[in-house]
Amino acid sequence: MIGIVDYGVGNLYSLGSSLSSLSLKYTVSGDSNALDMCDRIILPGVGAFADAALKLRQAGLDRYLIEQAARGKPLMGICLGMQLLFDISYEFGEHKGLGLIGGKVCPLADCLPKELKVPHMGWNAIDIVRDDSLLKYVKSGEYMYFVHSYYAKDCDADVIAYADYGMPVTAAVRRGNVMGAQFHPEKSGAAGLAILKAFSEI
Amino acid sequence: MLAKRIIPCLDIKDGRVVKGVNFGGLRDVSDPVALAAYYNGSGADELVFYDITASAEGRRLFTDILERVASSIFIPLTVGGGINGVADFERVLKCGADKVSVNSGAIADPSLIGKAARIYGSQCVVLSMDVKRVDGQYRLFSRGGRVDTGIDAMQWAERGVGEGAGEIVLNSIDTDGVKGGFDLPMLAELCGRVSVPVIASGGAGSAEDFLQLFNSVPGVDAGLAASIFHYGEVDIRELKQLLAQGGIPVRI
Repeated sequence: MIGIVDYGVGNLYSLGSSLSSLSLKYTVSGDSNALDMCDRIILPGVGAFADAALKLRQAGLDRYLIEQAARGKPLMGICLGMQLLFDISYEFGEHKGLGLIGGKVCPLADCLPKELKVPHMGWNAIDIVRDDSLLKYVKSGEYMYFVHSYYAKDCDADVIAYADYGMPVTAAVRRGNVMGAQFHPEKSGAAGLAILKAFSEI
Repeated sequence: MLAKRIIPCLDIKDGRVVKGVNFGGLRDVSDPVALAAYYNGSGADELVFYDITASAEGRRLFTDILERVASSIFIPLTVGGGINGVADFERVLKCGADKVSVNSGAIADPSLIGKAARIYGSQCVVLSMDVKRVDGQYRLFSRGGRVDTGIDAMQWAERGVGEGAGEIVLNSIDTDGVKGGFDLPMLAELCGRVSVPVIASGGAGSAEDFLQLFNSVPGVDAGLAASIFHYGEVDIRELKQLLAQGGIPVRI
């Protein structure tokens, strides 16, 4: 059973239906007792970092996720959910993340060549830089669907895939049982579903 | 590098696809759920659903269908038609839409763009505009292209982006339905004016028209069409092969 963390942020509809299409059982909940019953957890999220981090904290889910990660339960963050895994974000100020993966989240606009648009929105190919069981069913060059204006940096040791957008943009990360995808696997067609399947087998 | 996107558009009226005929392998081509699933599996990069229903009953049917479509496709879904307020954003996003397209609703109340962008993020707000040349000016039309607003379309686009629109669909009334190719001069003008992704709509008659679009106006991010895909005149996989051979980055 996969637990999808519901903390009032983002559209959980397509994530649930992608798991269903893979015949994977899941539950959507913001209650730690319900999430305890799950053998792995997905932290989704769209919107602003500060708001999401605050909601996690208010629900007491920040400590819960850190504790579950320490116990070795597989945890995957998606999009903003991946960014929340990091130490700190500089999205409209300075905000603390879960600190499960070292690095920071910074505005793309500060680093991209001027002619590239922000948000980085659309289908981009991933470049796998480290063999990882999360990516075992996909190859470098496969396209994933991205929508984001901030990106994780200073985390090269934990990056398993980049996307090329005028510079290497962190696309997927992994540190032990904690992993994340900047793109939306649930919106990335067959390739994205293959990543969710791989996660269910970790 | 981002891939150029190919986007089929489905007009929905009273729960059925309008203009959906003659589709290989599909028994009921006017079933929106079946057609969406077909496109999901045949190379479309995104789907657009337009609700062209006027009645409350039709709207309820549309919302039901949206939920079923959203749960059967794994590519982004944009919804438009009848979006006049934040409540309409909420209604379709709850049913699984990823982006919401505003047109006449934003002309009637331009602050809607900013309000929605602040709540849902710019990436969620698509400004769709119907544009026609009038007296040497690119003129913005409303009500499905029926009413000349007198507004300069390029200025409207700049204002929309300033308010928070994250993407623009430019539908040229001049080329729409003619199948003689996209409106390249109008698109080039728009791409020079705004920094958000631009989706070209109106005029595609063949796969070559898409190749010409992406070659001639590099700033365009996506090509949208309806009947040529629904009628099977252009197969999306074959189209993408043609684009790839022409050096255009596409998701294959």
